[in-house]
Amino acid sequence: MSIPASDPQQDVRVSLVGEDALLFVFSPITESEAPLEVQRRIWQLYEWLDPQRDALGLLEIVPGMGNLLLRASQKTLLNTLQDLVLTRWPQLNATETEGRTIEIPVYYGGSDGPDIEYVAEQCGISIPALIDAHSNRSYRVYCLGFQPGFAYLGGLDKRLVLPRRETPRLAIAPGSVAIAGKQTAIYPSESPGGWHIIGHTEVSLFTPSKSPITLLQIGDSVRFVPIGGTK
Amino acid sequence: MIEVLRSGPMTTVQDLGRFGLRHLGVSQAGVLDPIALQQGNLILGNAQNAAVLEIGVGPLYLRFTSPSRVVLTGVDFAGTLTTGTDTSSIQQVLPGHPVNIVAGSTLSLLRPAIAGAKGYLAVAGGIDVPLVLGSRSTDLNNRFGGLNGRALQAGDYIPLTTYTPSQQTADTLVRSFSPSHVLRALPGPDYDLFDDNAHQQFWLQPWGISHQSNRMGMRLKGKQLHLHHRVNLLSSGVLPGDVQVPEDGLPIILANDAQTIGGYPRIASVIQADLWQLAHMSPNTSVYFQPVSHAIAVEAKLQQSHYFERLGEQLRQARHSDHR
Repeated sequence: MSIPASDPQQDVRVSLVGEDALLFVFSPITESEAPLEVQRRIWQLYEWLDPQRDALGLLEIVPGMGNLLLRASQKTLLNTLQDLVLTRWPQLNATETEGRTIEIPVYYGGSDGPDIEYVAEQCGISIPALIDAHSNRSYRVYCLGFQPGFAYLGGLDKRLVLPRRETPRLAIAPGSVAIAGKQTAIYPSESPGGWHIIGHTEVSLFTPSKSPITLLQIGDSVRFVPIGGTK
Repeated sequence: MIEVLRSGPMTTVQDLGRFGLRHLGVSQAGVLDPIALQQGNLILGNAQNAAVLEIGVGPLYLRFTSPSRVVLTGVDFAGTLTTGTDTSSIQQVLPGHPVNIVAGSTLSLLRPAIAGAKGYLAVAGGIDVPLVLGSRSTDLNNRFGGLNGRALQAGDYIPLTTYTPSQQTADTLVRSFSPSHVLRALPGPDYDLFDDNAHQQFWLQPWGISHQSNRMGMRLKGKQLHLHHRVNLLSSGVLPGDVQVPEDGLPIILANDAQTIGGYPRIASVIQADLWQLAHMSPNTSVYFQPVSHAIAVEAKLQQSHYFERLGEQLRQARHSDHR
């Protein structure tokens, strides 16, 4: 089988991953972030493919940041899948659709956000200004991954952009609200990590027995709502 | 039921894993060696995806409270079965040879014949923990599935599906356990980002296995791989078998518990037919990567399913002649 390295007409790059998966990269390689217009089309592609999982023999449909991974079952021809996606892509439009807005109540600072003072100092703003900058805006769920229910949230205030901690923590508590680079996130489960923890939420992001199993879905808008004081 | 009398670290309940949920961040989990699982289940006449125990490090001592039949696959684990207190009734438990168990017997699995290799214990009917998101596999990182979302501990009781002795199967020859330590692989999506020297190093040098390897990934030791120039890749979906190269230049082969999205360059992907070898990589061995074509990778996977069909057929015939 042959998978072309790129489609010059659409600037979509397609690569084979292992024997049964294709990676479509839609955002320009020069971008350090996936443009929201591109990501919206990836969400639409997901919504379009999801109901066809069985018909198309798709084992996994994984939106990433500006890209999409498709894993096919043995009986599916990758060339067919590639043609399908590349034909669909130009037909999608990036217009904003009204999605859900999920509010996440957050205890900022204190023992709930042990890095808040460091972050405020590094960013040269006061703690109340930091809380305001983090909570007074809407983020989009670009994609989910890393842990079940872990959302890659884009749209962090430029004043809060910081590199990761030099020494990652061995264990970040579930519910930690953290920032790093141009992103913010909530940790659904305990995990090691190098992000700066500025707050904590009691909201559950992943419950295997519930439907849907994750609180946040791709395309959702998220707002953090400060709760007075720490717990 | 099985009572766990003693368990070394990393013995977990696993089936073939969870699929179709990677877009929500749910990893595959499941046995590292799917061949061993399928052999065990075929020998016992179980459902193809019945849950088994993946035995990481011994020792594992199990007491059966009811009659059963078990088979060990994967690496030899110096297994013995003790019935009652009479030492004359100690029976050796060898890989691929099923044994009948009377209530009250103790099964001891001491240690793997090759350090770091995994043993698999299939039980007639299968291990009956609840299905969580379509699988009985333990997700250790996120603490769900399997037995209470964790590795076995002394004092645990493992529920079993009711065993009907009529499920008896004859002894058979299963394919012998022989990891080649050669992993066939296909170039990954970021292969061209690496320099020529990295390409040569990747395919030619023996890679040591780091002690930090686990069910999330096999960390390799060797000469570092370099990119043409530094790149900032946007995070994308990753799969078990993908070979990622983080900033330190040392590859990691993603395994079953690996996260679903990653941002490191991917130099290659191990073909699915060879992924079972990840279960048996010990820190004292080395592995090589061998480039193959896409057609060979697909063919190898097909050959593997043919092997299971033949094994299943052979066992059905053996069972049939037994009953006559």
